[in-house]
Amino acid sequence: MRHLLSAADLDRDEAVLVLDTAGQMAATQAREIKKLPTLRGRTVVNLFFEDSTRTRISFETAAKRLSADVINFSAKGSSVSKGESLKDTALTLQAMGADAVVIRHQASGAPHTLAYSGWTHGAVVNAGDGMHQHPTQALLDAYTLRRHLVGDGGRADATGRDLAGVHVAIVGDVLHSRVARSNVQLLRTLGARVTLVAPPTLVPVGVHSWPAEVSYDLDEVLATGPDAVMMLRVQRERMSSAGGGFFPSPLEYTRGYGLDARRLAVLPDHAVVLHPGPMNRGLEISADAADSPRAVIVEQVANGVAVRMAVLYLLLAGGEPGARTGDGQGRTHVRTDETRAHA
Amino acid sequence: MTTYLLTGARPLGGDPTDVLLADGVVAALGAQARRAGGDAHVVEADGLVLLPGLVDLHTHLREPGREDAETVESGTRAAALGGFTAVHAMANTTPTQDTAGVVEQVWRLGRDAGWCDVHPVGAVTVGLAGERLAELSAMARSAAAVRVFSDDGRCVHDPVVMRRALEYVKAFDGVVAQHAQEPRLTEGAQMHEGVVSAELGLTGWPSVAEEAIVARDVLLAEHVGSRLHVLHLSTAGSVEIVRWAKARGIDVTAEVTPHHLMLTDERARGYDPRFKVNPPLRTAEDVEAVREGLADGTIDTVGTDHAPHAREDKDCEWAAAAFGMTGLETALSVVQAVMVDTGRMTWVDVARVMSSAPARIGRLTGQGRPIAPGEPANLTLVDPAARRVVVPEQQATASVNSPFAGQELPGSVVATFLRGRATVLDGALVEQGARV
Ligand SMILES: [Zn+2]
Repeated sequence: MRHLLSAADLDRDEAVLVLDTAGQMAATQAREIKKLPTLRGRTVVNLFFEDSTRTRISFETAAKRLSADVINFSAKGSSVSKGESLKDTALTLQAMGADAVVIRHQASGAPHTLAYSGWTHGAVVNAGDGMHQHPTQALLDAYTLRRHLVGDGGRADATGRDLAGVHVAIVGDVLHSRVARSNVQLLRTLGARVTLVAPPTLVPVGVHSWPAEVSYDLDEVLATGPDAVMMLRVQRERMSSAGGGFFPSPLEYTRGYGLDARRLAVLPDHAVVLHPGPMNRGLEISADAADSPRAVIVEQVANGVAVRMAVLYLLLAGGEPGARTGDGQGRTHVRTDETRAHA
Repeated sequence: MTTYLLTGARPLGGDPTDVLLADGVVAALGAQARRAGGDAHVVEADGLVLLPGLVDLHTHLREPGREDAETVESGTRAAALGGFTAVHAMANTTPTQDTAGVVEQVWRLGRDAGWCDVHPVGAVTVGLAGERLAELSAMARSAAAVRVFSDDGRCVHDPVVMRRALEYVKAFDGVVAQHAQEPRLTEGAQMHEGVVSAELGLTGWPSVAEEAIVARDVLLAEHVGSRLHVLHLSTAGSVEIVRWAKARGIDVTAEVTPHHLMLTDERARGYDPRFKVNPPLRTAEDVEAVREGLADGTIDTVGTDHAPHAREDKDCEWAAAAFGMTGLETALSVVQAVMVDTGRMTWVDVARVMSSAPARIGRLTGQGRPIAPGEPANLTLVDPAARRVVVPEQQATASVNSPFAGQELPGSVVATFLRGRATVLDGALVEQGARV
């Protein structure tokens, strides 16, 4: 793996390796000194064309915990209107010697273009592109699911395990959601079963080719007892029925697809609720559902750092013996298969 | 003027014969040509296919306004190398070709360049805005003698404006060439809406957005009794609608591009903007349907939609990239590859869809004629056995956005004659100084 552009870049063993590595990373984070020397001397650039403070901070924290130098480059506004183009920016970063570029972009495929255009030689990590992919989000979701649902319901070590047999319902704006696209692919790779739940206007044409079932009826799906419910954020600008909105009103959406206490009560005892955040409380998720003990939404944020540490580690530390000289402290605590890291 | 004796050429792929070109016309065929051609310049054409000069109804020459992407000079050089003796230059220039002055300017640039006839397309509406009819009659009566009107790049969406345009052009036997794209259904569209767009997360351009306009327009054309030309149709449904309209006797013609005959939306994987085009590349089923439609005559012509773009307009992420592909220099090869070499069409059919039909639709009297004594010597000599790898940097077009870059294609244009004068010989342009 040279880049992480899509959840589809990972096969089952690679995905499990990332999750296992994330587990090791999380363990180091319980120690008093959280910082590992693993990526000392390496430069990671956070290249954000689209605002996302949460994701940027998560990647920044992950890189810093691995002792990388971090440059935050926010190219706010549209790259589509020329000015600071993706290409110009990439060439600048290349000149600055970026070893990895973490890119968030409003255009689907921009990370792919960055990775294969020759504009930069660093590893490219997709931190969300348009409606396409957000692979580290899918990995942190999978990590969170594995912690709770695999290995005797989270009581035993799940290292090396995938998500075979787990049933996840992904609910909401599937059409515009890179989180849904990434999760469908990764969950499937890990052996889970996925049901997409959305009003028909928010299901993409072509969804029949996805490895997932589709339902328009949330209550029907909840009645089948899914192990996890992943709520998607609804973009406010998509709500109005004026101008071709995707549903008639927020209230109608909430009635059909909102997760509230009543629906929560239908779920099996072990089931968990996920949300990529930020939440629209009262729209796709009610306050009591968001704050219920089943909700692992806050934990997802913490797991995000560990997963992103694992990704940066596997992309950057694998091929460079020099990167792990020194006290070897980082290495002791990170068990990894060298050939995999090169893959 | 040099006379040329083409020895052993195969007119429309038929039996080998000699063809003499003199005084701008096909002077003689067969034994008579050999007898009369004693001092003619001999072009050895054994095994080569002789076609009437190709005519494109759909070329973007970009001048005036975007001379960094293409000029009339560079675009018509590309046209000659592609075997074309006439092209229609689309109206979406800057300024727009929506007045007699601008169409005459483009027409003169073409005449002065001398590589092929340039017939400017007039805009249907002022500034391609879709609101007010441009002065269609003035353009028709100008030196450019415009017969084809189009807002290509934009759809004439307002049904009343479209109706008026169809009615109005009847006065001078014009044709409205529609870029069929329902604007609301294609807002933000980046590629064909389907399995691939869903996966890539690119906003889809649904087939129905084309088909709804094609269906509406054939009914409007029937209602007002006028001529409609459907530009670059791309879906199986559009082919069906045109087939139905023709069966009903509606005066509609249709066009398909070489890229829609060969490529599918699978090419968008990899987000390479060379494959970003409007209408978008469709599915394998659509490609099959347009091939079938072209073979059975439902689709009348192949139009290149040659759309050159400056490098920076394609060297960027998919969403920021311009729509369009170059096509003049590869069109004939693509048609040979997908239609002739597969046995779906003969060279007679190729002459029809790439020369006589577009000439008829554009009301060009001297183009697309039979290869017979007395006819204008607008001709293209093709080596169907040749194979070549497309290298955009080596093409004459000023732009490099070819979707066929690096691909091997069959066939090559050996010579092109414009009214008896060679614009291309031995596969290379005959420069101005060498002209007689
Ligand atoms: Zn067009």
